[in-house]
Amino acid sequence: MLELKNIHKLYNPGTVNEICLFEDFNLTVNKGEFVSVVGSNGSGKTSMLNIICGSIPIESGTILVNDKNITKEKEFKRNERIGRVYQNPAMGTCPSMTILENMSLADNKGKMYGLGRGTNKDRINYYKEQLSLLGLGLEDKINIMVGSLSGGQRQAMALLMSTMTPIKFLILDEHTAALDPKTAELIMELTDRVIKEKDLTTIMVTHNLRYAIEYGNRLIMMHQGKCVMDKAGDEKQSMSTDDVLRLFNEISIECGN
Amino acid sequence: MDFIISFLEQGLIYGVLALGVYITYKILDFPDLSVDGTFPLGASVTATLIVKGVNPYLTLLIAFAVGIAAGICTGLIHVKCQVRDLLAGIIMMTALWTINLRIAGTANVPMLSQQTIFKNDLLGAIVPTGISGYVKILMIVVLALICKLLLDGYLKTKSGYLLRAVGDNDILVTSLAKDQGNVKILGLAIANGLVALAGSMFCQYQRVFDISMGTGAVVIGLASVIIGTSILKKLTFFKPTTAVLFGAVIYMACVALALKKCTPQDTKLITAALLLIVLVVSRGRRKKVKTNA
Repeated sequence: MLELKNIHKLYNPGTVNEICLFEDFNLTVNKGEFVSVVGSNGSGKTSMLNIICGSIPIESGTILVNDKNITKEKEFKRNERIGRVYQNPAMGTCPSMTILENMSLADNKGKMYGLGRGTNKDRINYYKEQLSLLGLGLEDKINIMVGSLSGGQRQAMALLMSTMTPIKFLILDEHTAALDPKTAELIMELTDRVIKEKDLTTIMVTHNLRYAIEYGNRLIMMHQGKCVMDKAGDEKQSMSTDDVLRLFNEISIECGN
Repeated sequence: MDFIISFLEQGLIYGVLALGVYITYKILDFPDLSVDGTFPLGASVTATLIVKGVNPYLTLLIAFAVGIAAGICTGLIHVKCQVRDLLAGIIMMTALWTINLRIAGTANVPMLSQQTIFKNDLLGAIVPTGISGYVKILMIVVLALICKLLLDGYLKTKSGYLLRAVGDNDILVTSLAKDQGNVKILGLAIANGLVALAGSMFCQYQRVFDISMGTGAVVIGLASVIIGTSILKKLTFFKPTTAVLFGAVIYMACVALALKKCTPQDTKLITAALLLIVLVVSRGRRKKVKTNA
């Protein structure tokens, strides 16, 4: 279970450009939930993910994971239980290392990076098996540089790498936004399969309302640092894209957009 | 023949320095100027110890260790004090000037009669007189190869993978639940260890420590790395570390050839011109890669 309690977040504190994004923001994500988060630009979606992962500091508030306070924990430490896929496919892989080397790196997450052999030869077949599940033919080119792959292929690898070791949470930050519609569809299906297989608690930020409706079992809409809609279970299943879009438009009109 | 051996010797000693620069410049993407201080640091430590009668081979290891310490300092300044990479290097380089002077005591320490890794009682006893003229080059080749092979081996370990990852994409290292700052410090430590080792070899080769011997070391290292990796890029069966060693030899050959026509005073100008030429030539290729990406 993940809890954000009374989060206060200021941008540019102490300057004339001071902006208050979160004022007493609360969110609880239960184990096994797959939360889709939608909202306009600047509504605080990515900031929320960054706060959960520890990428940005907060003014006050508490972040709890299974009742353990992790507010003071550094970003890299938190990542022991969090997997994250970014919008930019380049951020989840190492371009100048081969597919095999990237897989080996990810496979060792949570363990010591010592002077043992970087690639465990016994695991190569397992890596190939995992890569073949992507259906992109990557299993046949494990010795080529990841930098020469397309964005979609890299994003698929990033997803695979971030979920390879046992993690509790999966954080998806508009991870299909930079991909073409067909690849985005493929990545989204892969994501759903991985989440169900590994029973991961997931938070997915997306601008694609259809994905937000189709996937996951809870839907949150954010606006100016607040949750303006939070539907779970049957209530969420009965919602349609039009319902979400209507609310979205209402909010936008309020802002004068 | 003597001419060829002389630039091979110097080229391979600078090759060890270039291996260090390769780690920072190519792998970590960190322009490390502390090299200008750690190269003479290795030399000053070595000269001082050798004058005191310490085993010359032991001084190689000590120089390596001292270089590691200096690299850790550069890393700490950059990572913990959040000073920009170039400035962190400049701070260390400046500080090391004084430290080197303090270690050596004077600006110039000759080692005319002392034992060195190239000339000592042990070598004198086991090396047949016929090949005694080639002891230097053999010793340098062996040392450079050991450094290269150890570095190759290290880059294939888990720790080596992480080092390569941090220069490539430091966010991934954080995602792997590792502190990217520590990985950078580790890389700087190994790099400066190698540079100080090169300094130790160089001062034993020249039989003198001079405070100004580090001036331009970073440029020589950069030139070697860039020449090596850009000229031998097409030959993919060469490991980058091999390419870097070749780069250093090619660089020294160019300088040696140029010096035949000029005076030693012109060395730095030749170095600068050479580096500029290589950069301009390799730039065209890099642009192409970028537009394709």
